[in-house]
Amino acid sequence: MRDPAESLVGLISSVRRSANHFLRSGALLILLSIAQSSTADENARPRYAIGHLASPDRVAKLDIAIGPQGDELPIGRGTVPQGRELYREHCAICHGEDGTQGPDPKLVGGHGSLATAKPIQTIGSYWPYATTLYDYINRAMPFYTPGSLLPDEVYALCAYLLNANGIIADDTVIDRTSLVAIRMPNRDGFIPDPRPEQPHE
Amino acid sequence: MTQVHRRRFLRRARDIAGAVVSAVLAPRAAAAIETTKYQGAPTREYGSRSRFETLKRWVMPTRYPSSSASWTPLGDLDGIITPSALHYERHHAGVPDLDPATHQLTIHGLVDRPLEFSMKDLRRFPAVHRICFLECSGNGSQEYRGPTSENVQQTHGLTSCADWGGVALKTVLNEAGIRSDASWVVAEGADGAAMTRSIPLAKCMDDVILAYAQNGEALRPEQGYPVRLLVPGFEGSISVKWLRRLKLTASAYYTREETSKYTDLMADGRARGFTFVMEAKSVITSPSAGQELSGPGYYEIRGLAWSGRGKISRVDVSVDGGESWRQATIHGPVLPICHTRFSLDWQWDGSTSTLLSRCVDDTGYTQPSRRQLVQQRGENSFYHYNAIQAWRVDSAGVVHNA
Ligand code: HEC
Repeated sequence: MRDPAESLVGLISSVRRSANHFLRSGALLILLSIAQSSTADENARPRYAIGHLASPDRVAKLDIAIGPQGDELPIGRGTVPQGRELYREHCAICHGEDGTQGPDPKLVGGHGSLATAKPIQTIGSYWPYATTLYDYINRAMPFYTPGSLLPDEVYALCAYLLNANGIIADDTVIDRTSLVAIRMPNRDGFIPDPRPEQPHE
Repeated sequence: MTQVHRRRFLRRARDIAGAVVSAVLAPRAAAAIETTKYQGAPTREYGSRSRFETLKRWVMPTRYPSSSASWTPLGDLDGIITPSALHYERHHAGVPDLDPATHQLTIHGLVDRPLEFSMKDLRRFPAVHRICFLECSGNGSQEYRGPTSENVQQTHGLTSCADWGGVALKTVLNEAGIRSDASWVVAEGADGAAMTRSIPLAKCMDDVILAYAQNGEALRPEQGYPVRLLVPGFEGSISVKWLRRLKLTASAYYTREETSKYTDLMADGRARGFTFVMEAKSVITSPSAGQELSGPGYYEIRGLAWSGRGKISRVDVSVDGGESWRQATIHGPVLPICHTRFSLDWQWDGSTSTLLSRCVDDTGYTQPSRRQLVQQRGENSFYHYNAIQAWRVDSAGVVHNA
């Protein structure tokens, strides 16, 4: 869609070039009032002109949030054995030897437990999208050195943790395509907010 | 210099010297001599409370002090405004040390013009202010399975209320030009967890504030300095602190903090997602657990009520465990999405009494009992616990969580 603000600027400058001072200011006023009444979507026009354009480079550097479509996933790949090694080195001390012991959140197990009196909510039993795993490890783990892992390492850790949860086979390679394609066991486990649920005595 | 002048001069010099000496000695002497007999402490550039005041947030002991929370001492505060130093906190990776001179907020994604703003830029926009509560959706979660906490600070202290100032988010989003395919905004903080949440665009275009001020001065570091989101009525974690980026997207991003956490597991194993609104809740702050009544007689029952959907329209109080209810007085200002004070006169006869409060907001929603909540959500639910709180006053006047 062409920005109405830009076409207005073009019109104004041509008016400026061709008309005398009196006509020009009159035409400007008319044009401005047309623009005001005809811009149904007032979002299209910056009103304050505060701030500056963010360069594509800067945006690319910041653009780390990974949605379910995986558009922002970087190039890279990782395997289950690579991930197992990285896990032992960087994660096991807090999440347990195989992800079930803790002391910090259990990362493995809990399948079939959600409707019981002792639900165990893990990546494997609870998380609806595998992309969240890449996103979170990349931004927040390891706890004391967040943001220190390379894309290949994050992919490998995803591979290891998904495999440990029985979601992918031992020889699956995880990259941006295969990660997005994974269907998590609890993918359909989330429902919209039904509140307010008024109490009935 | 004449004799008289010299004497006057010397006397004045002696007075000045005396003032300096007494100012220095004052703190030590304060207990011994009357404060009317010496000069008090000098004026100072940034104030602090009296040395006799010791009110504190309660910090939960965790394995990682940087991934923790602190609770507001609601039982000992007056009025509706939480002092900034006592506002509750929840951080996932500690408080970052951000320099406002270099901090930037980037807005990109489904916009016509990706833009970056310095703090100076943000302060040039028309300013908005709003007194508004902020509550963690985990507030009181430990009470789902029955009375657990020792006092009102622990049962309800993950709500606080402040005067927030900043710029309306819609003003800033409009500068970037919102594309018609955008319907969510993914917000990200500059902390060690790069805390991220998805917010419906419609809410952002309604009443969300890019807040840089709290109670009239710059945000406290633990409240998101130099700029945070303030999403009125929604669970606290979505008001992303230390805000560095807003990405407009077509769909929600299902971040860890809106899947693994901040979702509500029901008894049937399914979970509610994106349960944003903090529903109406009230609590008696005095008398409350941990406090002690000095004997039979008059007490003003005092409390707070608030709703993420609007204004508090009514509060009822029971002193007999719900057998009978009396309508409490609501004290203004009564603002939408804001702590609201209520009170009720009470003559305590010295017998065991159970105190309850129940509020109604202007949508007609009535605060539920614990039993009703458990009926609706089961016992695996954790967030959004807003049930009626009971305090039992025993015959000795000691108040317990019941
Ligand atoms: C120093 C201890 C520590 C180390 C080392 C560590 N973590 Fe964590 N991890 C935590 C803590 C604590 C949390 C919870 C953080 C919170 O809730 O704010 C967590 C949370 C997680 C979660 C989210 C779990 C859930 O169910 O929500 C994942 C996934 C995770 N870590 C993966 C990793 C990986 C992969 C590594 C190694 C690269 C790692 N962690 C290293 C302490 C650690």
